[in-house]
Amino acid sequence: MSVPTPAGAAIPAVTTNVVAASYALRAEGLRKQYGATIAVDGISFGVRAGEIVGLLGPNGAGKTTTINMVLGVLQPSAGHISIEGIDLARHRSQALSHTNFAAVYAALPGNLTVYQNLRFFSLLYDVAAGATRIEQLLSEFDLQRLRNARSGVLSSGEQTRLALAKALLNNPRLLLLDEPTASLDPSAAALIRSRIRAMATRSGCGILWTSHNMYEVEETCDRVLFLSRGRILLEGDPKTLPHAHGAATLEELFIRLAREPLATEAPGTRAPGTGAPAQQRDPAAGGR
Amino acid sequence: MKLRPIAAIALRQLYLMRSSPTRVLPMVAWVAVDIILWGFISRYLNSVTSSGINFIASLLGAVLFWDFFTRVMQGVTMAFFEDVWTRNFINVFATPLLISEYLTGLVLTGVTTSLVGLIVMLLLATWLFGLPFFSLGLLLLPLLLVLFLFGIGLGVLASAMVLRLGPASEWLVWPIPALLSPFVGVFYPLSTLPPWMRAVGHALPPSYVFENMRSAVAGHGYSGSGLAIGVALALLDILLAAWVFGRIYRYAVRSGLLARYSAESVS
Repeated sequence: MSVPTPAGAAIPAVTTNVVAASYALRAEGLRKQYGATIAVDGISFGVRAGEIVGLLGPNGAGKTTTINMVLGVLQPSAGHISIEGIDLARHRSQALSHTNFAAVYAALPGNLTVYQNLRFFSLLYDVAAGATRIEQLLSEFDLQRLRNARSGVLSSGEQTRLALAKALLNNPRLLLLDEPTASLDPSAAALIRSRIRAMATRSGCGILWTSHNMYEVEETCDRVLFLSRGRILLEGDPKTLPHAHGAATLEELFIRLAREPLATEAPGTRAPGTGAPAQQRDPAAGGR
Repeated sequence: MKLRPIAAIALRQLYLMRSSPTRVLPMVAWVAVDIILWGFISRYLNSVTSSGINFIASLLGAVLFWDFFTRVMQGVTMAFFEDVWTRNFINVFATPLLISEYLTGLVLTGVTTSLVGLIVMLLLATWLFGLPFFSLGLLLLPLLLVLFLFGIGLGVLASAMVLRLGPASEWLVWPIPALLSPFVGVFYPLSTLPPWMRAVGHALPPSYVFENMRSAVAGHGYSGSGLAIGVALALLDILLAAWVFGRIYRYAVRSGLLARYSAESVS
């Protein structure tokens, strides 16, 4: 049995679990340890289809480590990741065919043109109608006039648009965005946010989004996970979470958690309404 | 394995070469310099010695074979270095690409670039110095095959080394052919070497190429069993190199090396 991917390529249906299928991403007991250093400490979370989940936390909290594990470029010390119900460890290629990402630290090769980069990655993702998809994305991200420009000479905003176009090449079911609007002006950032928001609603793509812009997170994300020292301290709706924890804004809550993670750990580790520590929750329970 | 991801690796090199003459020039310039230099040395030796040896066939032919092997190896490593230089590992390895597809793409690139170098060398050596290259007949096929397979194996092994040790170890890759050349008897019979060097030479597939080439040029025929050993050793080298690359890749994923790959990654 096989299921058609959005990109047109057929892949074997590895899992037919109904609960798992409603989740673009499920991570259970995810842990990464380097010697004595624990970068990610047994976290569990999920991203539903069509949901945008903000992964927040101070520098060194474990956000990028978590994303790298989901991308398959970093092997967890323990735990389990499934993408669209497909076990990443056992069926890496199939799982990653549903995934894509854009990250500020992973610039596309600057010596290839915009078109060449998109062509290169469309082939790597085995996109069947690659040429058509590239033209769509060039138009959608206003990159037509830059198609023959080397991506290394683009402005940071243009490079961000290119990275996002690349991230949508295979119509991913799970999109990982690591500070996708960090280098954009407010107008361009707002435009990108609305496009991604619309895309998530339209296509049902689940998105894991990291950002240090709390206004952006509040506007864009359906749910946030506060990560500190490798643990999920808090989880919930970014619009109601600050007030529920005695903060005026999400930014104030972020600063408090970032500066005093241990002091806030006792109430913070209790996921709202469950009484269970956030990192031990069943990702299938959701939080939207 | 899927064709599109393999084609992507090769297509990327084509894009880079098409837009950059500085990438194309080294493919032909160095082999041309080698052929011209050794062509004149061979011609001079033919004119001053009465040994009966045709230096154009034996010396210049050996240079051509050795340069072909070097080009195959460098074709593979250069394609890999593109991902090193552009810090592109996360972008590439976070895709559905299989390691076998990646390596096949590198090999395809190595094949293409080395064939360009071989054609340039053949044209120059034949046109300028009258190298009787095709007089070796069908023997050429196994000779080139051994060098080609060994070049691929060594290219993959060198790439694995750079993946493990970091970009700064790139300089270790370039002298590899020069380090091997004394052992494989490019310009002299293995019998010239002391026993320990000869033993090393026998373990290296190119030694069977040069021994057979010299024998055929001298009219003594060739050793079928020697060539079979050369092919077998070269295939073994490829399997070993692919295994080593796979192990190092898994180590890089486990240790975080792949995700944090940078100039400081030597450890």
